[in-house]
Amino acid sequence: MSSVALAFADSAVVAKRNLIKIKRVPEILIWTLMSPIMFVVLFGYVFGGAISPPGVNYREFLIAGVFIQTVIFGSTYTGAGLAEDMTKGIIDRFRSLPMSRSAVLAGRTASDVFYNSASITVMTITGLIVGWRIRTGPVEAITGFLIVLLFAYAFSWIMAYVGLKVSSVEVVNNASFMFIFPLTFIANTFVDINTLPGPLKTFAEWNPVSSAAQTAREAFGNTGTGVVPDVWSLQNPILYTLIWVGIILAVFIPLSVRQYQKAASR
Amino acid sequence: MIRTEGLVKRYGDVVALDGLDLTVPKASVLGLLGPNGAGKTTAVRILTTLLQPDEGLAEVAGLDVVAHPDKVRERIGLSGQTAAVDEHLTGYENLEMVGRLYHLGRARSRSRARELLDRFDLIEAADRPTKTYSGGMRRRLDLAAALVAEPDVVFLDEPTTGLDPRSRAQMWETIQDLVRAGSTVLLTTQYMEEADRLCDDIVVIDRGRKIAQGTAEELKSQIGGERIRVVLATWDDFAPAQAILDGVAVDDVQVEEQTRNLSAGVKGGVDDLRQVLQRLGDPNVAVVDIGLHRPTLDDVFLSLTGHSAEQVATNGGGQKHTESEHPSKKEKEAVR
Repeated sequence: MSSVALAFADSAVVAKRNLIKIKRVPEILIWTLMSPIMFVVLFGYVFGGAISPPGVNYREFLIAGVFIQTVIFGSTYTGAGLAEDMTKGIIDRFRSLPMSRSAVLAGRTASDVFYNSASITVMTITGLIVGWRIRTGPVEAITGFLIVLLFAYAFSWIMAYVGLKVSSVEVVNNASFMFIFPLTFIANTFVDINTLPGPLKTFAEWNPVSSAAQTAREAFGNTGTGVVPDVWSLQNPILYTLIWVGIILAVFIPLSVRQYQKAASR
Repeated sequence: MIRTEGLVKRYGDVVALDGLDLTVPKASVLGLLGPNGAGKTTAVRILTTLLQPDEGLAEVAGLDVVAHPDKVRERIGLSGQTAAVDEHLTGYENLEMVGRLYHLGRARSRSRARELLDRFDLIEAADRPTKTYSGGMRRRLDLAAALVAEPDVVFLDEPTTGLDPRSRAQMWETIQDLVRAGSTVLLTTQYMEEADRLCDDIVVIDRGRKIAQGTAEELKSQIGGERIRVVLATWDDFAPAQAILDGVAVDDVQVEEQTRNLSAGVKGGVDDLRQVLQRLGDPNVAVVDIGLHRPTLDDVFLSLTGHSAEQVATNGGGQKHTESEHPSKKEKEAVR
């Protein structure tokens, strides 16, 4: 087998190991899947009365935002999982084996795609119950879901790096919330971007979270009649989102692999 | 199969290894003996490619561990306090995973996992998550994981630390089987008895440096040979007893009045002992205990370093030069 094929095979073995853990400790999955339900219901009904984006029901507008927010929060799971692994002897076992250097990380981020798919499924069902509808065809809808998953995958690699850098599960959670909250709130996730004051609006316009939410919203046909700000990022949300995904992967994959080598050889 | 020359590893100001030279020929067992913090684990971590040395040369199976870590990893197995199994996976899943990561292929990984579970007496626990395993079972599984790919060289880092006596005896048997089957083993331990039982050659290290090397017998003879020790029932018999011991002693008879102990270094072993017993019977000296004592490796360590290995091991926690970066983790491991 070529080294690329071996790297894939090794990553699959590690991913399987991570998924077995979910099977053995299902509580982890169940509780983390509760939070998207909570967000959909909480935001939908608490803000639903106060916020009304033009031309679209708020709960319908909201879902794409909650999708993006939830998968970004979910990416902390990648960091926490790696941070936990790093404190255990199993990492020494992995490092003494002739396996691909990136397999522990690639396997982790791959198994988290499964995890994100599960949380998107839960959110989709909850959304449909509270009145969200997909108003486009299946091709557009599937594209929407794929973009959300791809965006989540990129964020997993950021959190993988964070998880390796701090090596304690608690720190991963606390540190990441400090930047995840502003990132997901200063965007069009929950409000019409035009309502934000000047500097925040500019940040929100170029925030990839906005373009990802915009992509999903357009893919599901939930945009309403609100004016999309005349900036390139939101006028070309798919392209802009994909550029960000590319940049994040190009930066954080090598960074994480290097950090893994370093952190594990202390 | 294993060779190091002038191996140096520093952690900041702390020197973990201070120019260590080792040679382990094929199909033999080298025991790396020393207290906590002596540098044993550091040496193993360098040889198993987990750690980069600061200076010196380290070769395993003729391959430089720094230049060819991937090739070295294909040839080695690691078990002990630094290696581990996944607690959420079953014993079988752990071994199968390790087989796949050694690139044995699906079928071979599965059959190897079954074989090893059987050999290590874990077949009944094969489908239980390993967090339900006892400490001894975990160690056996860990050793099994090291042997999945039938490696040429096996590293065992304190394989019995923290085990109860029965599990320890089981582990020794397993290691002896391994060596009989032709593996080359580097074993670290802080137990003299373990090195004595298992190792062809013993390197005693202290503070990152080799302080002695030889077989168990050679090391013992370095600090003198056997001694006959007599414990008297009454001190009244002191004079005849001393005279009798003097007849066979190669040096001065040592006397401890409080414990009614007399001891003398001898050359003739059991013959000398028989002679002493006969003579003690003649004027009928009452004896509580008598025996021929070989110096233990503990005695060796004491005479080489001025402190006993066990003593340092138990007080070792507060020492500056602990060999692991995660002393708390290590302690936890040992407790399990």
